[in-house]
Amino acid sequence: MISRQDVEHVARLSRLALSEAEAERMREQLSGILAYIDKLRALDTAGVEPTSHAVPLVNVMREDEPWPCLGQDEALASAPDRRDAYFRVPRIIED
Amino acid sequence: MSEPILTIRKLSAAFTRGAASPVAVTEDYLARIGALDSKVGAYLTVMRDEALAAAKAAEARYRAGTPRSPVDGAPLAIKDVFCTRGVRTTCGSKILETFVPPYDATIVERLRAAGAIILGKTNMDEFAMGSSTEHSAFQLTRNPWDLTRVPGGSSGGSAAAVAGGLAAGAFGTDTGGSVRQPAAFCGVVGLKPTYGRVSRYGLIAFASSLDHVAPLALDVVDSALLLAATAGHDPLDATSVPAPVPDYVAGLAGDVKGLKVGVPDEYFGAGLDPEIERAVRAAIDVLRDLGAAIERVSLPTTEYGVATYYIVAPAEASSNLARYDGVKYGLRVAGGKDLVDMVSRTRAAGFGAEVKRRIMLGTYALSTGYYDAYYGQAQKVRTLVRREFEAAFARVDLLAAPTTPGVAFRHGEKADPLAMYMNDVYTIPASMTGLPAISIPCGFNASGLPIGLQLIGRALDEPTLLRAAHAYEQATPWRERRPELT
Repeated sequence: MISRQDVEHVARLSRLALSEAEAERMREQLSGILAYIDKLRALDTAGVEPTSHAVPLVNVMREDEPWPCLGQDEALASAPDRRDAYFRVPRIIED
Repeated sequence: MSEPILTIRKLSAAFTRGAASPVAVTEDYLARIGALDSKVGAYLTVMRDEALAAAKAAEARYRAGTPRSPVDGAPLAIKDVFCTRGVRTTCGSKILETFVPPYDATIVERLRAAGAIILGKTNMDEFAMGSSTEHSAFQLTRNPWDLTRVPGGSSGGSAAAVAGGLAAGAFGTDTGGSVRQPAAFCGVVGLKPTYGRVSRYGLIAFASSLDHVAPLALDVVDSALLLAATAGHDPLDATSVPAPVPDYVAGLAGDVKGLKVGVPDEYFGAGLDPEIERAVRAAIDVLRDLGAAIERVSLPTTEYGVATYYIVAPAEASSNLARYDGVKYGLRVAGGKDLVDMVSRTRAAGFGAEVKRRIMLGTYALSTGYYDAYYGQAQKVRTLVRREFEAAFARVDLLAAPTTPGVAFRHGEKADPLAMYMNDVYTIPASMTGLPAISIPCGFNASGLPIGLQLIGRALDEPTLLRAAHAYEQATPWRERRPELT
């Protein structure tokens, strides 16, 4: 079971501005899904190593050589708001 | 319009003989898309000019006797999850509605280098999250066998394009079944290769440890051709496997005599449509008649697969989708009181309900106080699933099972999120273990809807998987039946 408070906390962490109605529907649906997922608790996994990846590849290294990359204009071309060579965002530092 | 349903192998042979022209064939496909796609809804973007230019170049190569590969001139559809330089790539989402990538995904680059023609970008569940393509922010896609039904998902546009003769082949992505399930629903072949076999560079990430690039085709030979054109190490994807790429087409020759095929009990339990069970068991009998040794196996953790997947995949998604912040590309909702407010409003407006649900679920599962109970536990269960498959593959060479518990359902039929998730019950295990798996047509139900047989192989053993699929396909008539779209 997940509370409205949990939903609001997780929505803040997720950077999602949910409406009242959305938050309530989310609480109901997540509760249903989590109730199903809770069956995992029944499995004994004591001493079992976690798997984060299907293929055991570790520490993939390469030579540290220069490599052609996107130009500034290409990288900025899809930005919703830019000025000169920068992404523009709402003010984050007070005067 | 000329006969549209031709395999890539046949097209390429006709191009080589001079019996068909890549330009004329591409024009035919574009004409069919123009005439029929308003009914199917497979494409989000049709790349007419690019396709015709590529077809002219392919034609010149065939005339000069210098085709680049067996897929030179093949008109393909690409799921809108793959970045295409200069061509809008939406991922089925409002948040990327206007995004134009400055580079090609590795598979797009490899397909272009092989001479393939890209007809356009196909519809999908938003960020590949779904099993019906109904979660696209833009349009519904209809199953060519029955327009009142879904094509499956999330690669529903690609599967419907191949089934409907709107592309000779296609690429999708399979994270929990997103190519195998729509292949089963649309009566085509869907091949999920081993994790890391095909580069993910330029594929817009959903769940990085589970995302697989996967071709959809009319038959097994074409699947092998499309895999061959794209497989192999890519330094731009750190999870790409550096193993050599075998000759997948040459590997199709040969039979299944002596091959050990395991049938997992847990894939035939409650919830499986009896018509599907009959068709799949009949398919296993065909493999036996062809000389395979059939053996029962047990994979007891199967029933925990869906629960495990719906922790791991949303957890990874919640992290991957953090990049959509209204700053670097895509949608921005202006007018927020500060940066965090702008980001939160942009994401609320740009993501659909299913994507929000999964971001929330994943963030919750990773958050302080819940991490061990959910994410940590799911990763351990993933180990149990992996061990069970390892034990099974110590005894058998392949596993045979249904691809889906049911046939294509109607639009709107699975409104409850959990009911939709249960569709992935048989496809999730091969995703979590990264094992190669294929769905091939194995019959039709009483209403004429296609049924898929799933074969699962050992890591990097696509040759055995494809050989068995090919042997079965050649012994059965299913691929000759096609939907009639008019």
